[in-house]
Amino acid sequence: MRELSLHILDIAQNSIEAGADSIEIIITENESSDTLTICILDNGSGIPAEALDNITDPFVTSRKTRRVGLGIPLFKEAARAAGGGLQIRSAVGKGTEIKADFSLSSIDRAPLGNIAETMALLMVCNPEVHFKYEHIRGNTKFMCSTSSLEEILNGIPLGSPGAVSVIRSFIDGGLEDIRVS
Amino acid sequence: MKTVEDLERIRKQAKVMTKLREGGETTKVVVGMGTCGIAAGARETLSAIMDELARRNIQDVIVTQTGCIGLCEQEPIITVERPGEGKVSYGKVSGERARKIVASHVINGQVVGEWVIPAS
Repeated sequence: MRELSLHILDIAQNSIEAGADSIEIIITENESSDTLTICILDNGSGIPAEALDNITDPFVTSRKTRRVGLGIPLFKEAARAAGGGLQIRSAVGKGTEIKADFSLSSIDRAPLGNIAETMALLMVCNPEVHFKYEHIRGNTKFMCSTSSLEEILNGIPLGSPGAVSVIRSFIDGGLEDIRVS
Repeated sequence: MKTVEDLERIRKQAKVMTKLREGGETTKVVVGMGTCGIAAGARETLSAIMDELARRNIQDVIVTQTGCIGLCEQEPIITVERPGEGKVSYGKVSGERARKIVASHVINGQVVGEWVIPAS
């Protein structure tokens, strides 16, 4: 994947398929410790303990159509290549937390990319899921959640196509505001 | 801070949209959003579809997502199903192709034959 925001989209799709109705995405950029952390938390069906051990193995998947799964292994590899790693914690019936960390300055770190697009599409195409997106840069923070969108959308229904560009520009604007000077 | 009433209203709105999605009376567009689809550019495809629908102010088309269907080499894949008509799957749907499929098939009912994935 060319962008970390595409991995986020991919992992969030897993959460949706696991029946989650609440998904939190937390991105933390810390220049002083040179780290970028991406955390994806859901309340989906969770992963059984015996499956957790080998979930980052590409030849393990819960899918029935084909016996390989690449989403988590690819994300892990992206983190590993940039001097970081990936951890998964999960409990059946409670949910899953996937945390990937990267060296912020590593030249092998993929760019975050169009995170506003990823979030806007997730929110609009899954209006029954509550998304919360938090982006922390140093000591500044931007937050956007499904429940806070009504005011921004100003009458446009969340699930309608017209909502995408409104949410996307709201997030882009918010991220611009927390750009570290 | 949102009140409980606000959240309830949002929930109801989402329910209406979900109901709309489940109904068989509207045209459905399904975008493959598995790892293979996303790696092949499905985010741009989905975004182009939403943008084209918004630009034309089309409200009654339901856009949903699906996972890998085992045709990874054809991704990004989209499937269009108009009420009373069979499903048509398109392969290698770039953003540009997606816009043409929305205009031609989704809105005007004309299948874009050259991009249809042949049934094997």
